[in-house]
Amino acid sequence: MGLLSASNSITRYKVEGRLKAPVLETIAAALKKNAIGEIDEQTQEKAVGWTSFENPYQPDFNGSNYVYGAYLVFALRIDKKTFSPKVVKKHFMIESARRLSESGRNFLSRNEKQTIKDQVIDRLNIKVPSTPHVYDIIWNFEDSVLWFFSNLKAANEELETLFLRSFDLTLIRVIPYTAAHLNSGLTDAEKDILLKLTPTHFTG
Amino acid sequence: MLDIAVAYNRFKFLGDEFLTWLWFVIEQDPAVFKNADPDLTSFEIGSRMVLEKKHKKAVERITIKGEDAGLEEARVALKNGALVAELNLVYRSAQQKWQFTLKGESLNLSSLQTPKISAPESADELEARVLEKIFLYDKILQFLAKLYNTFIKLRISSRWQRREISLIKKWLDSER
Repeated sequence: MGLLSASNSITRYKVEGRLKAPVLETIAAALKKNAIGEIDEQTQEKAVGWTSFENPYQPDFNGSNYVYGAYLVFALRIDKKTFSPKVVKKHFMIESARRLSESGRNFLSRNEKQTIKDQVIDRLNIKVPSTPHVYDIIWNFEDSVLWFFSNLKAANEELETLFLRSFDLTLIRVIPYTAAHLNSGLTDAEKDILLKLTPTHFTG
Repeated sequence: MLDIAVAYNRFKFLGDEFLTWLWFVIEQDPAVFKNADPDLTSFEIGSRMVLEKKHKKAVERITIKGEDAGLEEARVALKNGALVAELNLVYRSAQQKWQFTLKGESLNLSSLQTPKISAPESADELEARVLEKIFLYDKILQFLAKLYNTFIKLRISSRWQRREISLIKKWLDSER
């Protein structure tokens, strides 16, 4: 879902850590280095990387086309190839039968079976085009706030991993505890009280 | 600070209590919302509410849907020990409308609809539209952050035990 869509999901993050100055150059270099690459017609099953908000299928981080006022707007792209396990099984059975016939043997070793399976998956990965999933990001780096336009657990985990690897900054999800601990202006004494809270019972 | 995975499970009840408190404030003390947004026109329950009651490891879920859904069943569930786990809300400010679902355990927003903006017709217009949309997201997120801060300050204060719980219980027991 794009940030300009009529309906959206948002996961909020606090960005922890400091970027090396000059900040925009540091960000640009990290985005370029970790931009998504094409995996079609290759054996690779999945790719995860940054892409452009304006043109997610042709990432371009040259210039400042991802800078919108005080915000950085770009996207996480996850390309994945999927095929049914039944397709793998079919090609595995055909290939196994061919090898047995050629060798005149009546069984294959465990290693031979694994090798055939790997080769079948590699061949399918070369043939099957990847499906791209694009999730927009708005990063206000001055306020250390980031909005990710998805609530999907897997996409959020990929974001957190790639963000740390790219920028050496940690993303802290805004959840009930972190929203209270980081964003509510609590004193140390109040944070201690927070840690000791237990559920309220509104009954009885 | 606690590890996030530990904190998520340990304190997800705070998010559910926040949503339950929001419903109580919407019905009993909506002036609280004006402090968070002086331009506020209204803040109301929308078209969906999910309540959860936890029995040891099992979770009982009750979903109430529809624009004109009665909330009597939800109130009964609260009286029986459930909490609001998801809440669809409608926020109106300065004659504009936002509608979204807030999940208690994560504070994630879904089905978020901001006031409509016109589609960009050229590359030059795109930046203006994106900034306009960011302003609209920021407006609702700031409002929710202020409400959550108000709730947390109350929740860790002695007033929560001394006064707020009994007010919420009284509200639950009141005839509708």
